[in-house]
This record gives sequence, structure tokens and C-alpha cells, in this order.
Amino acid sequence: MEYAQQLFGQFFGTEWGPALFSLTKNLVLIVAIVLPLLLGVAYLTLAERKIIAFMQIRVGPNRVTFFGIPWLAGWGQPIADAVKALMKEIIIPNGANKALFIMAPILTIAPALAAWAVVPFSPEMVLADINAGLLYILAMTSMGVYGVIIAGWASNSKYAFLGAMRSAAQVVSYELAMGFALVCVLMLSHSLNLGDIVKGQEGGSFINWYLIPLFPMFLVYFISGVAETNRAPFDVAEGESEIVAGFHVEYSGMAFTVFFLAEYANMILVATLASLIFLGGWLPPLNIAPFTLIPGFIWLLLKIAFLLFFFLWFRATFPRYRYDQIMRLGWKVFIPITLVWIVLLGAVMQLPPSFLNAFPLNLWFH
Amino acid sequence: MSFQDITFYFFATVLVASALGVITARNPVHAALLLVLAFFTCAGLWLLLQAEFLAITLVLVYVGAVMVLFLFVVMMLDINLDRLREGFWKWFPFGALLALVMAAEMAMVLMGRKFSASQMPAPPARAADYSNTKELGRLIYTEYVYAFELAAVILLVAIVAAIALTLRRRTGPRFLDPSQQVKVKRADRVRMVSMPSEKKE
Repeated sequence: MEYAQQLFGQFFGTEWGPALFSLTKNLVLIVAIVLPLLLGVAYLTLAERKIIAFMQIRVGPNRVTFFGIPWLAGWGQPIADAVKALMKEIIIPNGANKALFIMAPILTIAPALAAWAVVPFSPEMVLADINAGLLYILAMTSMGVYGVIIAGWASNSKYAFLGAMRSAAQVVSYELAMGFALVCVLMLSHSLNLGDIVKGQEGGSFINWYLIPLFPMFLVYFISGVAETNRAPFDVAEGESEIVAGFHVEYSGMAFTVFFLAEYANMILVATLASLIFLGGWLPPLNIAPFTLIPGFIWLLLKIAFLLFFFLWFRATFPRYRYDQIMRLGWKVFIPITLVWIVLLGAVMQLPPSFLNAFPLNLWFH
Repeated sequence: MSFQDITFYFFATVLVASALGVITARNPVHAALLLVLAFFTCAGLWLLLQAEFLAITLVLVYVGAVMVLFLFVVMMLDINLDRLREGFWKWFPFGALLALVMAAEMAMVLMGRKFSASQMPAPPARAADYSNTKELGRLIYTEYVYAFELAAVILLVAIVAAIALTLRRRTGPRFLDPSQQVKVKRADRVRMVSMPSEKKE
């Protein structure tokens, strides 16, 4: 690494060398994050199809394989799907706003990928260790709604427009509950830095995780996350039985696939954040021998996979919410719960130190 | 020219171009989207000034919430551009006056001696772990707590007023009460009837 830095210094001089070096280094690191993420997205689609198939007593994709190896049957499916999508024509409807029509999928996936910049994978593995990490992620996820609105408007189709309107209203309302739930977290951790939030949950066992004192907030955050990603049972933006496929009804080929990728990347992001903030991130559930042998990164992956399973489980289990029920849940149930919890938490934090340093409050209030 | 300068000029160019686009775009949706771009690049400029909390909040609040609702409204409205353009010359003197006042104010700031670079040196560089957010929070909730609370109350009054102005009570709307829906038992809806099966003739 230092050799490369010197090389840059020699080539571009003392003024430009460091800047160009950090630019190149960051670009390489971004690729190192995005490539596994996209692979994860591809195999999440396979996992979704397989898991839902098993829940519905079907088999799911079991044909496509690599080099004819029989026990890999099904594992080639995401690759085959990607190749199929690449080959298809992107149809631009009559009267559509061409530039915005093409831009919409890009605007959806860009924030979904950009948010990963501040996610810590282990105490040292983080691309941008910034102070306001949590705020940055909130800002980036709130940008994702533009792709959906623009797609709905630029398609020049009533179904797409209705889907976009539904999605915009839904995302804006659930963002509030999500933000308030995160306020509780940063009250406990005294930090907006995701690495510091995980470090605040250290202490020997899963009892120290913020899941325990903030359990209602975990539920609010996770359900809002499901609503934010427009997943079942909150998928009225797509609502195939009412408005065909919602905002992406006019999209085909790779343009549609990019929307698809963004949805799954957002799902993984919500699961990752929930496991970092509430489930102790890379910390093992018990700080004793068999658990501490497994590296922290694997623990994080296990927690993410566990939460992603819930996304798939919800989709196979729950019927779709009606639109007014979605709004009621967001505004009249979640926001009051989070507000009450913020006040409660603030009151507990103002207790005299003799209470805060005593069991059980000393587990979480450092 | 250093790397930071290039970043600044890039952001500044995009900001000015998109701001010009906001007022010259014929399509109101394009104008709103260009305004989003202007906010976003502005946040980039604030980041260069090490005001990361304000920059991210600008994106979170204005780009993530306010402009979404704005776009929402602009897309729903059927705006007649010809009718909008009719009043252009009638309002031109007023607009020109406003522009003149703004230009004069900016000239006072940018060209005056009180605000020149020698009078206002760059603030000292902060340490890497300096938290903008913590510092702002400390100021807002200690020194400026009254102003902050007053602003909060004014905003609350504005919200209540907006709702009160637009609230219309309709007669005879039918609501579903979710708590009652949940409470329903099978016995309330279904009556099991014991009936002997009929014999075949």
C-alpha cells in the first residue's frame, strides 16, 4: 500500500500524488464493496424464489446449473436471468420523456449503492468512517424515492403514475417513524458513527445489544424498512392485481432489472443497518470460546441473512395492506409509539447516576 | 490549483447551471428536478466547508422530503404555460426591482471591505474527530435554546393552522374502526345451523 502511495507521489508530484492516490484507492474499495453486494443481490433473488417455493410446497428453480454439475442445479438461475435481461430490448413508450425515463432506474440504484460507503463490516473494515454516518444513510435512502416518482411520471402511463404517487406518499410517511426510531439509538449510543454505535453494544453478551432496551423501536424500524423498500405486505406501489406493476410497468429488459437490483440492494441495506444498530453488528452473541472463534464479519453476515429471511417470510405469509391501512399504521401507530419511547428514554437518561450505574440499566447506559 | 479547488469549481458550475435551469426550464417538472440538483450540489459545497451536519440535513430535509412533495404537486397539476406567461410584462418591473435589490445586497457583501478575505480569515482547521453535530446540538440546546424553542412553537402553530384551514367536516362519511375490526369474533358474523341432510327421493 505504501509502495503504491510512493509510486503515485513520483508520477504526479507532491501536490497531486496524494489526492490521486486516495481517489484510486477509494475506487478500488468501492468496487470491492459493490461487486459482492451485486452478487449477494443476485443470490438473494434465488434464495427468495427457493424459500417461497418451499413455503408453498413447490420446488422452485432447479434446472440451470454450471457445466452440467448435477448438485449445483438451480444455482445458475440468477446468472441466466441476468443474461436474459441484458439481451432484451428496452422499450421506450410513445410520449414518454426519454431522458428522465432512462435516468429513473439509475436514480433508484445510485443512492441504494452510495449508502454502503459508511457501513462498517468489522471494526477496521469501513470505507468512509465519518462522524455523521447514520444521518448520511438516512439522507441517501430518502433519495431513493426520486427514481420511483420520475419513473412513474416519465412513463406517460396512468398505472405507472398511480404507483409512483402511492410509493412517494408511503416512503415519505415511513421515513419519519424510521428516523425517530434511530433517534432513540443515538440517544443511547451518544454517536452518529455506525462503528461507535456497534462499539456501544459491547459488553459480553447479547443482553447488551440495543435490541433489548429498544425492542419496540427495532420492530418499528424493521417494519418501516419493509415499507420503505416497497416489499410485501406494503407493496401497493407495485400492486400487480390493481395497477399491473405500478411504477415500473413500462420498463423492460435491463432498465427493469436495475429497479429490481435496487429493491434488493435496499433490502440488504435495511437488514444490515438493523443488525448493526440493534443486533450488535460484528459482535458475537456470547463472548465465550466457540462464538469468539468465528470472525466478526461472519457474525454480521449471519445476522443480515437472518433478517433477510424475515423479508422473504413476510412476502410468503401476509396479504397486502390496503392503502389507508398503510397510512394509519405509519402515522397513527408508529409515530406515536416512537415519540413516547423517545420521551421515556430521555426520562430514564435523566435518572441519578446511582440508578444508571446499577443493574440492569448499566448494561446499556454507559 | 489543488484537488479541493477543482472540486469546488465543479460543484459551483453545476450549482449555477442548475439554478439557471430552474428559472429557464419550460417544463415545471424539469424545473423542480433541477432545483433538486441545485440543493444536492449545494450540500456538496457545504461539505467542502466542513459543515457535514448541515449538508446532510439539507439533503435529508429538502431533497428527501420537501422536494418530493413539491414534485408530487407539480406532477398532479395541469399547468397551462401560456396563462403563466401572460402576466410576464405586467410583473416585470416588480421582479426587476427585486433582482436589483438582491444584486445590491450581494455586492455589499462581496465587494465591501467589512467582509473581505483579510477581514474574515479562514477558520482554523479542525481535528479529524471534531463532531459538527455535537457542537451544533450543544449550541442549540444551551445558548440559543429560547430562540430554538420559539421557532419550534411557531412551526407547530403553522402546522395546526394549515390543518385547521384545510379541514372540512363532511357529513356522513363512513369509517372503519380497526380496533372493532380486530375485536370481531366468529360468533358475531356466522351462525352455525344444525340441519339434517335431506334424503334422496
